[in-house]
Amino acid sequence: MSVKILSKSEAFYDTYERRPGSNKDQTHYCPGCGHGILHKLIAEALVDFGVTKNSIVVGPVGCSVFTHYYFNAGNFQSAHGRAPAVATGVKRSLPESIVLSYQGDGDLAAIGGNEILHAANRGEAITVFFVNNAIYGMTGGQMAPTTLIGQKTTTTPYGRTLENEGYPIGMSEIISQLASPVYVERVMLADTRSINAARKAVRKGIENQVEKKGFSFIEVLSTCPTGWKMTAPQAEEWIKTTMLESFPLGVYKDIADQVEPLILHKDTVPSRRVPKFLGLNQEGEGFDISQMKIAEDVDQEIKIAGFGGQGVLSLGVWLSEIGMREDLKVSWIPSYGPEMRGGTANCHVKLSRTDIGSPLVTHSNILIAMNRPSLEKFEADVVEGGVIIWDNSLIDIEPTRKDIRNMPIPATQIAKDLGTTRISNVVILGVLAGITDFLDPDVVQRVLPIIFKKKQLLSINLKAFQKGLELGRELAN
Amino acid sequence: MAKQFVKGNEAIVKGAILAGCRAYYGYPITPASEIAHAAAQYMPLVGGTFLQAESEIAAINMVYGAAGTGLRAMTASSSPGFSLKQEGMSYLAGAELPCVVVNIMRGGPGLGNIAPEQSDYNMTVKGGGHGNYKNIVLAPNSAQEMCDLTILAFDLADKYRNPAVLLADGFIGQMMEPVDFPEPVTEFAEKTWAVRGVDQDRRNLISSIELDPDDLERHNQKLQRKYEIISNNETRYEEYQLEDAEYVVVGYGIVSRMIHTAVDQLREEGVKVGMLRPVTLMPYPTIRLKELAEMDQIKAFSVIELSNGQMVDDVRLAVNGKKPVEFFGRMGGNVPSIKELVHEIKRMMRVV
Repeated sequence: MSVKILSKSEAFYDTYERRPGSNKDQTHYCPGCGHGILHKLIAEALVDFGVTKNSIVVGPVGCSVFTHYYFNAGNFQSAHGRAPAVATGVKRSLPESIVLSYQGDGDLAAIGGNEILHAANRGEAITVFFVNNAIYGMTGGQMAPTTLIGQKTTTTPYGRTLENEGYPIGMSEIISQLASPVYVERVMLADTRSINAARKAVRKGIENQVEKKGFSFIEVLSTCPTGWKMTAPQAEEWIKTTMLESFPLGVYKDIADQVEPLILHKDTVPSRRVPKFLGLNQEGEGFDISQMKIAEDVDQEIKIAGFGGQGVLSLGVWLSEIGMREDLKVSWIPSYGPEMRGGTANCHVKLSRTDIGSPLVTHSNILIAMNRPSLEKFEADVVEGGVIIWDNSLIDIEPTRKDIRNMPIPATQIAKDLGTTRISNVVILGVLAGITDFLDPDVVQRVLPIIFKKKQLLSINLKAFQKGLELGRELAN
Repeated sequence: MAKQFVKGNEAIVKGAILAGCRAYYGYPITPASEIAHAAAQYMPLVGGTFLQAESEIAAINMVYGAAGTGLRAMTASSSPGFSLKQEGMSYLAGAELPCVVVNIMRGGPGLGNIAPEQSDYNMTVKGGGHGNYKNIVLAPNSAQEMCDLTILAFDLADKYRNPAVLLADGFIGQMMEPVDFPEPVTEFAEKTWAVRGVDQDRRNLISSIELDPDDLERHNQKLQRKYEIISNNETRYEEYQLEDAEYVVVGYGIVSRMIHTAVDQLREEGVKVGMLRPVTLMPYPTIRLKELAEMDQIKAFSVIELSNGQMVDDVRLAVNGKKPVEFFGRMGGNVPSIKELVHEIKRMMRVV
């Protein structure tokens, strides 16, 4: 027969130095409170599984706000209700550590309802201890979401009613309905036998994490003699006679044996290889500015507008991508947000030899209008002598201004003849290269393969560009 | 590296990853969502974590957890979501955890709209949550700076153990410009205070609770000293055409780009005007403004914001009545045209 020597767990500090005052040997909990018992069960389990050194305890707000006085582990103190979110951040960063989230009923089931629900639903590989004593202890005995019907608290002085506060919330019942948690059990701390059962549940919850099984949730019905205005024995009795009616004990879910261990480890990429994964080209692209045929002075303010889906935003991006490789200063800015979905879209593009101040184009020297509303809306903003390129295969009116260069281009029709209306924007790009002096056609044709994501469409796009370029050159002469 | 043409929002994420950030927790919101998209795309490729949280509140607390382990961690949002993060940011500041939080401002109050505003200046620069704390606040005005200041934000956050906020508006987030991305950061300060789940860190504690009033006062005094050191060491600003200027226009973010253009036009008309653009909003270039206010050459200041006039208070405090400080602002997501700016600056300078 083995002899068990009872001593303080190594997962507790020898003395509680963080505790203020002279008494460094005892906890700050009230006599008869269940927190101390649960702390002990957890501390013993950490030692038994040999994980004390890499355990991290995330404490809540409430009576157990000072878990860091006691657990000789890594310690986090968190905001009210947020312990499961903090524990998520910790566990995801340190997948090899054992992360325990410790919360009371107000913290977990009221203000932190969302955080616990979603940590459980994601199946975070943590262990959650939920102390349910049906009352707010620390703040002065107010109602908790788990307060029983008829129970008097400082905020239910006439007793909790169905009409005003509804039923007490069953967190184990809720959490066990989710697919991800592997283990949900409700236990109580009411006598030696129930504490032994609780001990098993605590161990199971920690063992699950050691074995990387996923999310474990242990609800512990616990005494609060002070909040309940009872003696310690009365409080234990009250759990058994009264609390159990609303909070039946039992294993609500246990699939730990049926699930494979989670793969939590992540391979870190060495810094020097990071640019490659970000799509950054460390080699350069070999564009030679001295060989380019573009004007000395470039100061373009372009507005491109049309229906969503006509590629007006893309056309603006391409112009900028080309300009950037021509060593011009460029900027692009869209009209953004839901108002552009399915409706009209427009973007502002600036290309210049000098630094660009405001990226906004209020008065364009080139307007590209791909539908009628765009022409109507932006025609007035074009500067005197500016260019209006408009798709006369779609727009059934003409620009009214006579002080601008009027350039009707049947871009959609040309694109359709080439096989798809979706490349009307490339036709316009060709026209621009034909009529202006800031787009070197050779550069454009070298840039297009870099920026077009769908390589199988490259040849048709190059054809559309060529067609536009020829048309543009004709118009320019 | 070859320049890349990217959105400001994407430049933030690439900058963050180059800075060694390997944890992103966030919640989608226009006009900041591209930050989450890019983080979701790139974080897994470099062995980092991307997690779409259930709320902004959860996201900032996940950052609290990740930052407490010593990892470079971030989140991003836009105004209404940034409001929700204030509780968590107070805890991060109290626990002295380094992290980067991005706020791509939109129109408010309430749901407002998704157009650009600068109406979160007070919330961001003056603290935002409860308690005597401040964020380090950087205000980029280009896609390049979205990258560069994100990297700087991580460095400053680590150096001072303090949350750093990148405060931009919807335009800077949405606009695309060429960005010259730097080489990855390879050297990081050791974080002996972090909780890393190893034996040597077991005495470490990430916490903001100090029950004893004297202890909490000492902690607060320490924080104030830290903010003073930050003010002394980290103030950054840009000056444009100030050498012979008689009028100083102050603006940050997208507004500074517009002022730049307006200053060029006014100079062509012979108006001696220049711009002071704060790059850091906390610390604020108070000393430089004070110097300018004391110069005989300077006749007046004008402040332009996309708000009801929030930063103007800081300019007035710095100028301290020595010279007139005028204000012009647009709200609701409206942006002044250059013509309007030129007119307003002239009006404010009593030139017209």
